[in-house]
Amino acid sequence: MLASRDRHADRVVPPSGFTAQLTLFAAAAMAFLAVFALALSLASGRLAARWGDELARSATIRITAPQDQQSAQVEAALRILETTKGVRTARALTDAEQQALLAPWFGADLALDTLPVPRLIEVIEDADGMDPAGLRLRLAAEVPGAVLDDHSRWRAPLVSAASRLRTLGWTSTLLIAAVMAAMVTLAANAALAANAQVISVLRLVGATDAYIAQAFIRRFTIRTLIGASAGMALGMVAVLFMPGGNDETATFLTGLGFQGWHWITPLLVPPLAALVAFLATRMAARRTLETLT
Amino acid sequence: MIELENVAYSYGGGELLSDISLKLAAGSFHFLTGPSGAGKTTLMKLCYGALSPTSGTLRLFDKDVHTLDRDEIAQIRRRVGVVHQDCQFLDHLPVKENIALPLHVSDRSNEAETGDIDDLMHWVGLTDRAAALPPELSGGERQRAALARAVIMSPDVVLADEPTGNVDWDMSQRLLRLLIELNRMGKTVLVATHDLSLIRATKSQVQARVLRIANRRIQLAGADL
Ligand SMILES: Nc1ncnc2c1ncn2[C@@H]1O[C@H](COP(=O)(O)OP(=O)(O)O)[C@@H](O)[C@H]1O
Ligand SMILES: [Mg+2]
Repeated sequence: MLASRDRHADRVVPPSGFTAQLTLFAAAAMAFLAVFALALSLASGRLAARWGDELARSATIRITAPQDQQSAQVEAALRILETTKGVRTARALTDAEQQALLAPWFGADLALDTLPVPRLIEVIEDADGMDPAGLRLRLAAEVPGAVLDDHSRWRAPLVSAASRLRTLGWTSTLLIAAVMAAMVTLAANAALAANAQVISVLRLVGATDAYIAQAFIRRFTIRTLIGASAGMALGMVAVLFMPGGNDETATFLTGLGFQGWHWITPLLVPPLAALVAFLATRMAARRTLETLT
Repeated sequence: MIELENVAYSYGGGELLSDISLKLAAGSFHFLTGPSGAGKTTLMKLCYGALSPTSGTLRLFDKDVHTLDRDEIAQIRRRVGVVHQDCQFLDHLPVKENIALPLHVSDRSNEAETGDIDDLMHWVGLTDRAAALPPELSGGERQRAALARAVIMSPDVVLADEPTGNVDWDMSQRLLRLLIELNRMGKTVLVATHDLSLIRATKSQVQARVLRIANRRIQLAGADL
């Protein structure tokens, strides 16, 4: 349909400066926004998955007890964990690890045994997950100094916020596509109306609807493709230069961007935009032409 | 070629044309006359499928127009050359390309490269104006360009609606001669005009039949014009 033998079909519609510029601009702006919406969706999707995954699979037990009972209580807690359903591994953190955790607050040369620091047990759950309430009851009965922190209190709202954000991101992407379709439809309708005489001359000399529509379709598809490519390029540059950091401390804001194969997704924006323009113009042209003789 | 059987047409109010039966046989030459507003243009439009009869049967090239889809109408337009009352062009393309337009839209672009189009431009006397844009043409030049465009596909039928509408007497004689030549080449020609002196002036050159629209009906006018 867009082959070059139809160059003449292109020429039958007079060039239109201003609407062409507007279409280019709108396509570029929409593509730019689409890149951000995609980055938002993918990044929040990533976060939701990571938080949901990693945090849900780990829990910590803190044992606060007089110095002489501490190791006995740790032993007792580990024994309980061994027989708890849904627990894959459980181990007490070593002194070195505890020291590393506390170093940011108390300095590296802290002597653990001089302070009443609680002992930490790291619990890794298996795929089924454990029942935190049941475990708390058992710990309360046998290990009075144990407190189970399963992260879920603060994790749950974060995970649901991240997945809500992902849904919003995808909704925005769809809305952007819909606005693009609406914009192209309006521009195409305006072009069809402005070229009523051209269309009636073409009908009179025996042009089929497909031939007439093609001149408009080609134009709007190519314009949208060019505009969207420029917008996408700008959007990708903007995302690329977002201050970031992909280490463990990456928060949501610094993690807003593309990772790995996700960098391919913005490249799909221009062809998809062109496809939307193609379909929108074709529908607009069909509707208009069918009312003519 | 074109056959009307008890055709009636109305734009929505009362009937403008009623009970029209008419047959344009291959190679015939007809004038269509009648006062302004009688429905000459309307009848022309019926003949190239721009309008569909509100009742009766209209056959174009042996096909009932009611059964034709839009693409088939487009095919019929390639066999019927139309010179409109107010001829319209693609104003941004030069005259020569406008004349070749029917070839382009029907996928015969390669024929636009041959010398035929130059012969045709010469025949209508527009060789010098080939590169001009349509808005730069005079009334007579527009009519001749429209005629050239109407015949470039070598159609079986040529319909000319007031081809001499806004040109002077000499030019209208010239246009008529071109139409008569087309008829001698075997084309079926139908010319609508309200100008009876034009019809009288051509009587000697062609075996023409004169149809007159009066009181919504069509009559074959006698020789007593
Ligand atoms: N598209 C239209 N809608 C409604 N009425 C029309 C339309 N075209 C023409 N008419 C009316 O039909 C009548 C015949 O018009 P027309 O066929 O152009 O006559 P003629 O060509 O003989 O002057 C006129 O009264 C005109 O006002
Ligand atoms: Mg008329």
